[in-house]
Amino acid sequence: MAIKTEPVTINLGPQHPSTHGVFRLRVTFDGEVVVDAEPVFGYLHRGTEKLAESRTYVQIVTLTDRLDYTAAMSNNLAYVRTVEKLADIEVPERAQYIRVLTAELQRIASHMLATGFLLNELGALATPLIYCFRERERILDLFEMLCGARITVSYMRPGGVFQDAPEEFWPALSRLIGDLPHYLDELEDLISGNEIVLVRTRDVGLISAEQAIDSSISGPTLRATGAQWDVRKAAPYEIYDRLEFDIPIGTVGDVYDRYIVRIQEMRQAVRIIEQCISQIPDEGPIRTEMPYFVRPPVGEAYAAVEAPKGELGFYIVSDGGIAPYRCKIRAPSFINLTAIRDMVVGGKMGDLITIFGSLDIVLGEVDR
Amino acid sequence: MTKALSGGDVASRINEAISDAVVDHNDTDVWIDSESLLDASRFLKTDADLDFAYLTAVSAVDYIEYFELVYHLLSTRYNHSVVVKSKLFGREAPTVSSVTGVWRGADLQEREVWDLMGIRFEGHPNLKRVMLWEGFPGHPLRKDYVE
Repeated sequence: MAIKTEPVTINLGPQHPSTHGVFRLRVTFDGEVVVDAEPVFGYLHRGTEKLAESRTYVQIVTLTDRLDYTAAMSNNLAYVRTVEKLADIEVPERAQYIRVLTAELQRIASHMLATGFLLNELGALATPLIYCFRERERILDLFEMLCGARITVSYMRPGGVFQDAPEEFWPALSRLIGDLPHYLDELEDLISGNEIVLVRTRDVGLISAEQAIDSSISGPTLRATGAQWDVRKAAPYEIYDRLEFDIPIGTVGDVYDRYIVRIQEMRQAVRIIEQCISQIPDEGPIRTEMPYFVRPPVGEAYAAVEAPKGELGFYIVSDGGIAPYRCKIRAPSFINLTAIRDMVVGGKMGDLITIFGSLDIVLGEVDR
Repeated sequence: MTKALSGGDVASRINEAISDAVVDHNDTDVWIDSESLLDASRFLKTDADLDFAYLTAVSAVDYIEYFELVYHLLSTRYNHSVVVKSKLFGREAPTVSSVTGVWRGADLQEREVWDLMGIRFEGHPNLKRVMLWEGFPGHPLRKDYVE
């Protein structure tokens, strides 16, 4: 006998343990199958773009920390690069190396969180997450040596970084880089071959490369579909053109591919950092001398970096004053949500949280 | 390195396909008449040599006399980019056709522009506020917005 069902709409969130912040997914179910989904957000909207219009170019660095608060270094880098492009500021070589190095460390820290939380969402509560936090902790310790802060770093400035790395930073970094491959092996031993993980993640939350490009998706979510697109290779910034690294890609664009792309990106990040350590000039300035009030000429600039979540870009319009006329943020987490409906519709309720976790969004950046 | 196509080249190509669509151009940017924006977008995406399949960002700037919409376009196949702009006059109800039918990626971004800058997108399937709640007075990113 066929069972008669009718669609039910449920609010997932805004206070839900798996939503990484305050995020609501309004989902319509037919039995256990998702038939419609709509993301609802804005609970963390602080008006960053409006605030930027009344702050000086240097002060805005502190606002960028609070976008993707799991990857403040990458946000800093995207912002200062746009200002440097706008005002035509040269960056000393040593500063560029330090900036690339910290951005890659940040990528590892961010991907660690993404991997840990993905496992959390699969029901492996807390244990794998704490393993990931162990590695991230050492990276945050390094950031603390650099600038005294762990999360909201505000380390970079238009023209360089605000202070050089202390002496004790370099041996600590070498120790971490020596340990990281081992940590990653350990993590992969735990996860990659795990049967429950495979069953729960393979062919779940599929999206094709065409769909992903049409929906302006970027970052690991795009590369998991097989599209080989990375801003670091497509439009190399800083000193990325002097470094050797690969762009890991997936094959089908499911949750498992997104996970494995992140793991491989962390390995590549280790490679990049090793090269930075060997290539960085021993001496030299770390910041171009500049007035406190940067006044870029009238004009506009767009610059982007490959942040852990995807292409993070700033579009700044200057009227020649000490604050931007308009500062638009192209936030990857926000735009990656465009395709969430395509990924979850037709799937099961239990997969919903897994797919959501695999997108790795941060609400500070979605809501801005 | 991503090649920024010259605004003049792209402008002449658009003009060949759609007459009088281009209002102005410079080295990097092309200004399109807001009436022709949808047709021009479709052309930019489907033309085999241009192939702008990726809409990087939709931005809006309030220049007081007019609003300017800025579309950063990218071709992942040829690794080239261009900036397409469109001016909208009138502060009461600036309206332009939505490009969600051309690029899905415009969906949330156009909703954000409507929410914060108050530009309506005709033909958008779900033009609701995205950051702020329905009934919020005004559009905060406008220069004449007062708290």
